[in-house]
Amino acid sequence: MSLPAFAELLERLVFTPGRNAKLALLQQWFAEQPDPDRGIGLAALTGELVFSVAKPGMIRDLVASRTDPELWRLSYDYVGDLAEAVALIWQSRAGVNAPPPTLAEVVEALETTPKAELPALIAGWLDTLDASARLALIKLVAGGLRVGVSARLARVALAEWSGQPVEDIEEVWHGVAVPYEPLFHWLDGRGPRPDPRDAPIFRPLMLAHPLEDADLAALQPQDWRAEWKWDGIRVQLTAGPGGRRIFSRGGEDISNAFPEILDAMTFHGVLDGELLVIRDGTVAPFADLQQRLNRKAVTARMQRDFPAAVRLYDLLFDGHEDLRTQPFDIRRARLEAWFARTAPPLMDVSALIPFDGIEALSAIRDGARAASIEGLMLKRADAPYVAGRVKGLWWKWKRDPLTVDAVLMYAQRGHGKRSSFYSDYTFGVWREDGQLVPIGKAYSGYTDEELLWLDRWIRNNTINRFGPVREVDRGIVFEVAFDAAQLSTRHKSGVALRFPRIARIRRDKPVEEADRLETVMALVETRAS
Amino acid sequence: MPHPDTWLKVTPGGLYCEPGGFYVDPTRAVDRAVITHGHSDHARPGHAHVLATRETLAIMTTRMGEGRAGETQQALGYGESLTINGVRLWLRPAGHVLGSAQVCLEWQGSRAVISGDYKRQADPTAMRFEPERCDVFVTEATFALPVFRHPPPEAELAKLLRSVALFPERTHVVGCYSLGKCQRLIAMLREAGWDRPVHLHGAHVALCRTYEALGVPLGDLRTATVAKKEDLKGAIVLAPPSAVADRWARRLNEPVPAVASGWMRVRQRAKQGGVELPLVISDHADWDELLATAAEVQAPEIWVTHGREDALIHALGLRGIRGRALHLIGFGEEDEAEETVAA
Repeated sequence: MSLPAFAELLERLVFTPGRNAKLALLQQWFAEQPDPDRGIGLAALTGELVFSVAKPGMIRDLVASRTDPELWRLSYDYVGDLAEAVALIWQSRAGVNAPPPTLAEVVEALETTPKAELPALIAGWLDTLDASARLALIKLVAGGLRVGVSARLARVALAEWSGQPVEDIEEVWHGVAVPYEPLFHWLDGRGPRPDPRDAPIFRPLMLAHPLEDADLAALQPQDWRAEWKWDGIRVQLTAGPGGRRIFSRGGEDISNAFPEILDAMTFHGVLDGELLVIRDGTVAPFADLQQRLNRKAVTARMQRDFPAAVRLYDLLFDGHEDLRTQPFDIRRARLEAWFARTAPPLMDVSALIPFDGIEALSAIRDGARAASIEGLMLKRADAPYVAGRVKGLWWKWKRDPLTVDAVLMYAQRGHGKRSSFYSDYTFGVWREDGQLVPIGKAYSGYTDEELLWLDRWIRNNTINRFGPVREVDRGIVFEVAFDAAQLSTRHKSGVALRFPRIARIRRDKPVEEADRLETVMALVETRAS
Repeated sequence: MPHPDTWLKVTPGGLYCEPGGFYVDPTRAVDRAVITHGHSDHARPGHAHVLATRETLAIMTTRMGEGRAGETQQALGYGESLTINGVRLWLRPAGHVLGSAQVCLEWQGSRAVISGDYKRQADPTAMRFEPERCDVFVTEATFALPVFRHPPPEAELAKLLRSVALFPERTHVVGCYSLGKCQRLIAMLREAGWDRPVHLHGAHVALCRTYEALGVPLGDLRTATVAKKEDLKGAIVLAPPSAVADRWARRLNEPVPAVASGWMRVRQRAKQGGVELPLVISDHADWDELLATAAEVQAPEIWVTHGREDALIHALGLRGIRGRALHLIGFGEEDEAEETVAA
């Protein structure tokens, strides 16, 4: 299939906010497209395949050679986006009737064509395409496809389409290269499951369920081990003769953002841990770690100001030996022995918390107020390491949330199913000078009935509009629950909340009695862990 | 031979034919009005005498109510002519919506054609545009930028039908203007073989009935407002653009919001409205059609009523045609939100 089919997929993905609809579109792509185009398209969507052969200057020169300068100026000014303006204004040379290129042809030609011949090559392709496909091509060659498809979402789509468990796909994913033909052959039922051998692949993580009161009552203390639940990001470190990778919880390769950790991974094995910013042995709030995330490259200064480290939870592979079927206690002993033997820099082992009984444990949990601790993890002593969220093996026992009474200030409509509802709320508290200052934004926690009621109230009490945002009269107090309050220079109030959600609408409470900023500030915890 | 600017004047009330004593698409109530088509920025209520095609008069009556669309109405068919105070007047199809007409005027051997809004694409509900040679051609310029080249409408409609096939449980709600676009979409769906019911927002019902009364069959039409959610699974619903992403759409089953409009060509415009399926289907001439029409009517001078006149006048200049911006007030302004999205 050719580029126009890819362009249609791209266009629909760009305009589609819903996850299920995106999955359906991807599955249709896998089902209908031939190899290698379906794999190339997949890699282009997820950012595995990135070209940047065409700089904006080249695109500009191309269009200048075909267009009156005044008409181009007016058009570009109107459209705003360079690639889109070029795609729309491009006029094919008369008499061109070559078929549009396939994705495979585009990829191959980009890799083999000398730089000087690229403009003519790209112009020739543009002549064969319609406006949507021209935009897809320009975004492809300029490296700017942004369609909101993560590799994780793509793997879920592959799993739903093929009927194979997503964990199995994740295990082989990083071991097959673009255009993933062995993977598709396996999923089509025409070939064996690809064997990644020594390639640094992602093994799906073991996840925990939230602990409810009923579960707590049933716990036998001697069967369980406890650790702190750190507020960083879960990572998997994999290193060996085939290479080194740092994977996020969802299997994204985030190695480039943490070069110092990668350097420290001189071992051969696979580990599970929490990536944190640690200064002088103290875990910094999540906001500090956030400075290091989503970066393609990282400066020496960032590494110095926000020093990253990994707190290790588990050992999955020691060399070639797969420990995942072993019970937790054995793996834990192996982890401690491995750590003593290997002593990797920038890493430590998450401490086990001794406890006598559930009540004592509960007291330990309530006593933890460091912002970097979310609560406790409870792990069954005899549980193997299994992919996904298997109930009854691991529990997360978050500490009770903090709450604050805040005033609704702004509302915005949601996405997808909520696109007709004002469902995103910015709320604030009173400052000393009597001004309300925003402290956060929440879009969950309310019931459907409450959402309907809030939506109607907001429409009837709007005092200002800023594009999609409505400013409302001061009239609603929310009880907002959140996990931690942290100092922030990015917010006018100087404070940021972790995981804020609407706990209750306080219809009984006059807005004047909502909380003050100093109350929120008092909840900020920077205490050492 | 007098130049048309000596007898066709731009006044605060709109274009006025002085020797004939009538206005064309006046922007306020006047004694004598010739109306190109029924859209509300061209056809306004309260004129004493209105002349237009039979279809436009019927559409105006539906929209404004009995008695508000001219105290007296006079119908004129395409190609028929009459003479008013020495000015010969006849109508040519404009291809914009049902009944839309170019107003052709000739006085003392000098000829001006006022196109109203027009398009050159095929439309099963509107007679195809017929070019008329003239000394001055008065044109619209809604999409007068070279970035606006409308794709074939059948290909856009096919996108809608592919989406219905891919999401058979969801309701596809297509935002479209109630006069013209709505009926054109229904007729195109019928041509493409869609024989299931088409559901309508209440605002679209009356004009569909008028079209049918004027001899344009639209098939099985239902009112979406009274339909059960279950019946709307996999249905196509036509609604005003402002309704597709707002409260009205909550009655629909996991709606896919679509909008059919020439503006959908530009992504930013489409994304702003929360549109998930933009369909580039327009009832206005695109850039190529504007320039091709200018060449066909062979007018040495072209007047631009409303839209993006700067690009068009520049491009006409490159072709040796004199362009003049009329800056007519009131066009494309009324119902801005809806007209702009639905154009």
